[in-house]
Amino acid sequence: MTIPENPLLTRSLLYLDGVAVSFDGYKALRGLSLMLEPGEMRAIIGPNGAGKTTMMDVITGKTRPDEGDVYFDGRHNLLQLDETEIAQLGVGRKFQKPTVFENHTVSDNILLAAKAPREVFATLFGGARAREQETIDRILETTRLTDHRARLGGALSHGQKQWLEIGMLLAQDPKLLLVDEPVAGMTDAETAVTAELLREIARDHSVVVVEHDMAFVRELGVKVTVLHEGSVLAEGTLDQVSADERVIEVYLGR
Amino acid sequence: MITGRFLAKLDRLGIAFIILMLAVAIIVPVLALAIPAKSAFAIPPYVVALMGKYLCYALLALALDLVWGYCGILSLGHGAFFALGGYAMGMYLMRQIGARGVYANPILPDFMVFLNYKELPIPWWGFNFFPYAMAMVMLVPGLLAFAFGWFAFRSRVTGVYLSIITQALTYALKLAFFRNDFGFGGNNGLTDFKDIVGFNVQADATRAALFSISAIALVIAFILAKAIVTSKYGKALIAVRDAESRVRFLGYRVENYKLFVWVVSAVIAGIAGALYVPQVGIINPSEFDPGNSIEAVIWVAVGGRGTLVGAVLGAIVVNFAKTYFTGVFPEYWLFGLGALFVLVTLFLPKGILGWLSSLRRKPTPAPPASLAERSTIAEEGGSAQ
Ligand SMILES: Nc1ncnc2c1ncn2[C@@H]1O[C@H](COP(=O)(O)OP(=O)(O)OP(=O)(O)O)[C@@H](O)[C@H]1O
Ligand SMILES: [Mg+2]
Repeated sequence: MTIPENPLLTRSLLYLDGVAVSFDGYKALRGLSLMLEPGEMRAIIGPNGAGKTTMMDVITGKTRPDEGDVYFDGRHNLLQLDETEIAQLGVGRKFQKPTVFENHTVSDNILLAAKAPREVFATLFGGARAREQETIDRILETTRLTDHRARLGGALSHGQKQWLEIGMLLAQDPKLLLVDEPVAGMTDAETAVTAELLREIARDHSVVVVEHDMAFVRELGVKVTVLHEGSVLAEGTLDQVSADERVIEVYLGR
Repeated sequence: MITGRFLAKLDRLGIAFIILMLAVAIIVPVLALAIPAKSAFAIPPYVVALMGKYLCYALLALALDLVWGYCGILSLGHGAFFALGGYAMGMYLMRQIGARGVYANPILPDFMVFLNYKELPIPWWGFNFFPYAMAMVMLVPGLLAFAFGWFAFRSRVTGVYLSIITQALTYALKLAFFRNDFGFGGNNGLTDFKDIVGFNVQADATRAALFSISAIALVIAFILAKAIVTSKYGKALIAVRDAESRVRFLGYRVENYKLFVWVVSAVIAGIAGALYVPQVGIINPSEFDPGNSIEAVIWVAVGGRGTLVGAVLGAIVVNFAKTYFTGVFPEYWLFGLGALFVLVTLFLPKGILGWLSSLRRKPTPAPPASLAERSTIAEEGGSAQ
């Protein structure tokens, strides 16, 4: 498969400009613009319905915007590609509601996500190779799922599913990770571990994390973008945005 | 699909199934041919033909389970592939009749003489040649499935809508084959076969050989299907079944994954039809009847979806019951079949095989139990955020 490649248009890894999405007249995104530098980790916060998940849907090809531009890696117009092509370019995603393959074991979930040829005949004739097995073992270790490797995905607890999905992202080894509410439903201890995990991932990946949990966002210690009613309200450190009048009004002051 | 690695994966049930089928392929012909008819162990020829028919249905059920049990494609039109394979075999058998027909035309089958055909229509060319006919047995269903799947999967038609189109497909073919001017014998279909590769189709020995070939075909198809579903491709296929959109976000080309298994399944169904026709002695448009395809779905559901062995078991059990009940209370069979389906879905959601294995308390990664559950999972997968 060949994915069309344009000349380098921007240095940003991810570039969204004036993105608008409406659902039956309801404007979920209105002129959203956002830039992410290569290697950057960004936290996105915003009240319920601000459009955070919709933004990820647009980036990953699930939702087509009515207006705007979305470029990845400076060359790829994501609006011309479908979900598969976007994933193959190196955009990985963790869903808000954890979605793992319930009838597959934990290690098979990671195997399916692992970076490897995805064509029908490649998967038909190639089994799990030793190198793949090593990757799986390493990821199981990182996500603390080694003892659960033979259990079915559907049998895991909510928090374990969240970690498994993060593990699948790691296995996929994308250039950009979109992580939607990774600590929802986790205990404080689990949240702390997840923050550590994400910081580790951020060392060699670019990451966008959506999260409501302020303590968690503080722990990440990265630049924060506040979304409100489908566009960017403020951007800066958590302290800067927390001091912003408008942010206090729409979000923190609730 | 490398043999060694594959054999290690074959479970005990699978091995038992293969051994049983191979044993049956040897023992039944021996009991039918070599034992004096008066002996208590002798199998009468009509029973051999009947069991051969069941094995063809089992092969169809296996094909259906491959797409429905492992990829979530509920085909309500698999009978079409079966019938097309059957017609390809029927055309070969018609051409073998040669000048022995009622009208004694060396080239044209009787129905063509009757309808005043002057020459053999092009689709019939080459069917006197066995290897060509066998290639068509696989190619015709395979190509139809490829064309159908190419459009359907690319445009992301899924669930009930896909099932309805498959149903429409087999219905449309039924209407086409009913027409005399379509050139395949119309209403009456193809029958009065004389011989197959030089052997009399009616002879007991031929019947026994066809039975054995059907059993061996079932074993080969089972091994192939098992190799497919236990490969990494098969794992991806199950993932597609359970959370299709999630698989796309992992970078898999879901439509190609579906297309491959769909075509393989159609080819197996075609082979099943081709083995069926010489054993029952006729193929006509009623084989395209939507009801037949739905019955095949019931076999798989009854036996246990997503288990392969269960599909075979279901086809044999249900058809055995059908033979018995249509003999005893012919009017009530359809009610019985309906009741069976309802009872199984309510009380044995994983089919006979799932029930048996739950008795042994071995948790198996079985597919979602019922259609209703299946569709909610599909929706969750689709709307995953
Ligand atoms: N497929 C859809 N059809 C209709 N409306 C939608 C759809 N997806 C999202 N919306 C609406 O768009 C708005 C933005 O939704 P989105 O899920 O992006 O919010 P969010 O910022 O992720 O919120 P949360 O913090 O609750 O996850 C919401 O009002 C939501 O109801
Ligand atoms: Mg959201």
